[in-house]
Amino acid sequence: MNNKNKNPEHAIGSKGEAVLSRRNLLKGVGLSGAALMTAGSGSIIAQSSDPAASPARIRVLEAFETLTAAESAALDAFASRILPSDDGTPGAHEARAVHFIDRGLTGAMAASREQYAEGLVALDEHAMQVGGSAFYQLSASEQDAIIEAMTQSAIPDFPMLNAGFFNLVRNHTIEGTFSDPYYGGNRDFIGWDLIGYPGVRVMSTPEDVRLGKDLAPSRQSAYDMPTHTKDPVAAPAGGVSHGH
Amino acid sequence: MATELPRTDVVVIGLGAVGGVAVLPLVNAGLNVIGLEAGGWMTARDFAPDEIRNNIRDWPQAVPKAKNEIPTSRANINFEAVQGGGHPMMNGVGGTSLHYWAQSWRLNPWDFKTVSETTKRYGAHRIPADSTVEDWPITYDDLEPFYDRVEYALGVSGYAGNVNGTLQPNGSQFEGPRSRPYPMPGLRSSGFTDMMSDAARQLGWNPFQGPAAINSEIYGNRPGCFYHGFCDRGGCHATAKSSTAVTTIPEAMKSGLLKVVTHARVLKIVNDADGRVTGVEYLSGNQVLFQPADAVLLASHTYENARLLLLSKSREFPDGLANNSGQVGQHYLSHHQGAPVLALFPKNLNNWYGLPAQGVAIDEWADDNFDHSDLDFIGGGNLWAHTDRKPISAAKMSTFDLVPTWGAKWKAFISENADRTNTSYIQKTTLPYRGNYLDLDPQVKDKLGFPVIRITAELRDNEKRIAAFTQERMEEWYRAAGAVQIVRTGLGTAMGPSTHAYGGTRMGDDPSTNVTDRFGFAHESPNLGVLGASVMGTSGARNPTLTAQALAWRTAEHLANNWDTITR
Repeated sequence: MNNKNKNPEHAIGSKGEAVLSRRNLLKGVGLSGAALMTAGSGSIIAQSSDPAASPARIRVLEAFETLTAAESAALDAFASRILPSDDGTPGAHEARAVHFIDRGLTGAMAASREQYAEGLVALDEHAMQVGGSAFYQLSASEQDAIIEAMTQSAIPDFPMLNAGFFNLVRNHTIEGTFSDPYYGGNRDFIGWDLIGYPGVRVMSTPEDVRLGKDLAPSRQSAYDMPTHTKDPVAAPAGGVSHGH
Repeated sequence: MATELPRTDVVVIGLGAVGGVAVLPLVNAGLNVIGLEAGGWMTARDFAPDEIRNNIRDWPQAVPKAKNEIPTSRANINFEAVQGGGHPMMNGVGGTSLHYWAQSWRLNPWDFKTVSETTKRYGAHRIPADSTVEDWPITYDDLEPFYDRVEYALGVSGYAGNVNGTLQPNGSQFEGPRSRPYPMPGLRSSGFTDMMSDAARQLGWNPFQGPAAINSEIYGNRPGCFYHGFCDRGGCHATAKSSTAVTTIPEAMKSGLLKVVTHARVLKIVNDADGRVTGVEYLSGNQVLFQPADAVLLASHTYENARLLLLSKSREFPDGLANNSGQVGQHYLSHHQGAPVLALFPKNLNNWYGLPAQGVAIDEWADDNFDHSDLDFIGGGNLWAHTDRKPISAAKMSTFDLVPTWGAKWKAFISENADRTNTSYIQKTTLPYRGNYLDLDPQVKDKLGFPVIRITAELRDNEKRIAAFTQERMEEWYRAAGAVQIVRTGLGTAMGPSTHAYGGTRMGDDPSTNVTDRFGFAHESPNLGVLGASVMGTSGARNPTLTAQALAWRTAEHLANNWDTITR
């Protein structure tokens, strides 16, 4: 990424290829293709009402950094039963929680990578045994029955499908749905809207914290604030001061 | 062989919550001070409102030292100690005062005199038989001037309850007399805290906004709090939190007498044949440097204070510096702050932008503020209803056994109730006991090959009984405020790694049961001072930082005032 670009939102390279800006990475890396296999796929750019974004057709198909196609399909289906969207409102799938998990597994959550590999393979094998197809292809009620058994650690043939694995995926699904969108989930602030969190902001007024006050959502990532950017070039003057 | 640097007057090991305070009275007395800090400076850019970074991924990430010296922990000697969880310590100029909640309480006078006051009121048999608790060698009144200095030097907001013996309606009716009010009024209330205050008054209790080292208005060159709600394990982007990194340390640097050395990893405190300390060996990059000094103030965290002493072995101190008594690591305790009560209310509380230090306190059930004649414990707990809420933790809320923990019903539940819960914070009197201690782990080492600290400690009956009793009071309070569901959590077991860790270099007049004397200097090494909660012998029912800071100021001032006798 070109740190010298002061306005990465509108940075477009030659031949219509986008230079990937941070905001585009947040919101845009879910394009067509591999729709069946991937979490939260669907063309965000096409839905965007931002005219500056529409020419930025990033020539990147859906990608995961560490999860395999099969793993991502199983995990997305799993996360979608933890926080479903069949009630008509967006859930973990739409929030792209699996993208958060995928990115986390290459970094801060790397210690869990092996557990995901073993657990998701076991999930598909167990699904094949009881339902004749991969987990993501089972019906919702079949999936729920497997997850319920998992929470009881009651799948003797696959001991890795236990309450510990369930809790791991549940925690990460929550984190992926409700974290700052910078981390790849909580797309379009789906998670924050779901629980009525009006979003990160620099300050709140005394009136903002009275009972009954209904605040309009801030609709920003912490890293949309210049105060907190980690970009060494874009940082405001004095941002590296030592307080003395 | 270490490269020897030019001599200085005082070396302070660790520029955190306590070392960062102590440097100010030292330079005010004209002493040359070198502050060795294992971390670096952090800035507003590091302090984003980011729950993943602050709270989930064990903020801050850039603390290689603290992260690979996490203590191991076991309840008692029948278990093997294991390492795990987050690091309770912090490397960085300002230390834990960067990311703490900043609640800044004075201890109650009773906490200094637990043994004698309990004996006088109820009889000596009421001291738990297995406890090693002693009266502190100093009283609340001895420490009061130093509490006052720190409150004004840092900037603490709050409402006094007792000014020179005159009770004030807006503060704690049980606090010890203070010489003047806080420098700033308390942090603002919110809809939720007002609701809790009203409920407490219905119960006949006296609620008050608790004190915080956070500006409630402009103080010096720093602004008042912006109330954006990410204090917990988050630094303050606005410098409204009165961390030592933005208060006493820069103030001391103005004198030109304080030299801050960052990324300095102290390996050993060196002593001479008389047992007096001569300086400090530290690692800078790949170089081992020796910083000679006339006096050394050890100001790392409780765990690291004990560890560095135990690692600083010499001919004179084969079991670790100042440890020929075998007392280093003894009388350890970590604060019983667990066992909360959870409440669910039938309406939104609008707590999304609250701070953990912005809350309402009840002191009626703390310390010896109520009659224990017919109870089976001594001490008590400070009830704290506060306003901190962030989205991930909100979504991970208890389901109060009303719905499953996943699926459509759960989704509907959190969607409705994410802003309707509150979790109490009850800090409880915690005592030292035989069998609870710190030592060096026989197996687990940090990346340099030095053993980490091993905690062997568990809560005893007195702490669990306080927990059960205060949970009942907390439930009453929540019910009075309209809570419709209540969960009381377990009463607690082991005393694992905690930011609220005490003892290991306890302060006392008797050198056979205490490492440091009444001024915080080692009995066995008189020009070595120890700063931090490691000198405290009881926890009280409130956060330790302000008390540790007042003690640090007192130790530093004592050193300056008695320079010739202490350094010879």
